[in-house]
Amino acid sequence: MSSAKRSNEPIVWFLFGVGGFFAAYFLPIHIALYGLAFPLGLAADPGYDKTYALLQNPLTRIYLAVLLTFCFFHAAHRIRLTLSDILNMRHLNTILAFVCYGGAIAGTVCALWMLAVVH
Amino acid sequence: MPQYMTFQPKPYRPRMSAYWYLDQWHYLRYALRESSSFFVAYFCVITLIQIAALKAGPTHYAHFQALMRCPVVIVVNAFALIFILLHAVTWFLLVPRVALRQMLNKPTPDLIASAPNFMVWFGATVIVALFILGVF
Repeated sequence: MSSAKRSNEPIVWFLFGVGGFFAAYFLPIHIALYGLAFPLGLAADPGYDKTYALLQNPLTRIYLAVLLTFCFFHAAHRIRLTLSDILNMRHLNTILAFVCYGGAIAGTVCALWMLAVVH
Repeated sequence: MPQYMTFQPKPYRPRMSAYWYLDQWHYLRYALRESSSFFVAYFCVITLIQIAALKAGPTHYAHFQALMRCPVVIVVNAFALIFILLHAVTWFLLVPRVALRQMLNKPTPDLIASAPNFMVWFGATVIVALFILGVF
């Protein structure tokens, strides 16, 4: 039996990698439409009824659950490394990991809870 | 102190500036690329707020839309879009450089290797936009 301590790094790097793809493929259009085009009147906002109907579709909710989960973990891992390496906060590594991954878990749980049931 | 320690060389520890990322354009680009993660987290939270507003009813969703029209939020969203586009482009250029060259054992031009990623990105953008705009 090996007594070597197993690292949890592969798990967070996997979540970071997949989240990187999801953030790159899907987030720009969400920001472009909901964050800029609709508020500035550059595109017609579909309004509450159509947007709510879209949210009622189970496929939309699965898409949003997967997108938000991976993006939260991608952001958490990169924020931890950014603060640690770029802002020289390596001495706070344990606290940073707790805050970043804790935030990602909280965001994921919140998203799954909100998307689980839509009447 | 023992005599053999008198001339003991001290370990070399280079002092790094707190603003090391301003020394070279490559460092600054790296810092900016990594900072995109803050905007990814920001827009995930905005999406959560939008879902909560949708579930709460038309009045709450109107408040969410009013929040999105706030000038400060529009400026932050513009920065978020720029940073996440930077993330997307650098991600698509970086990943095939690592993955494809390991499989083919020879250098592949970056643009050819990353072209499928850009095509998938374009397709995903069009499909999601059509759903959001209510075309489907």
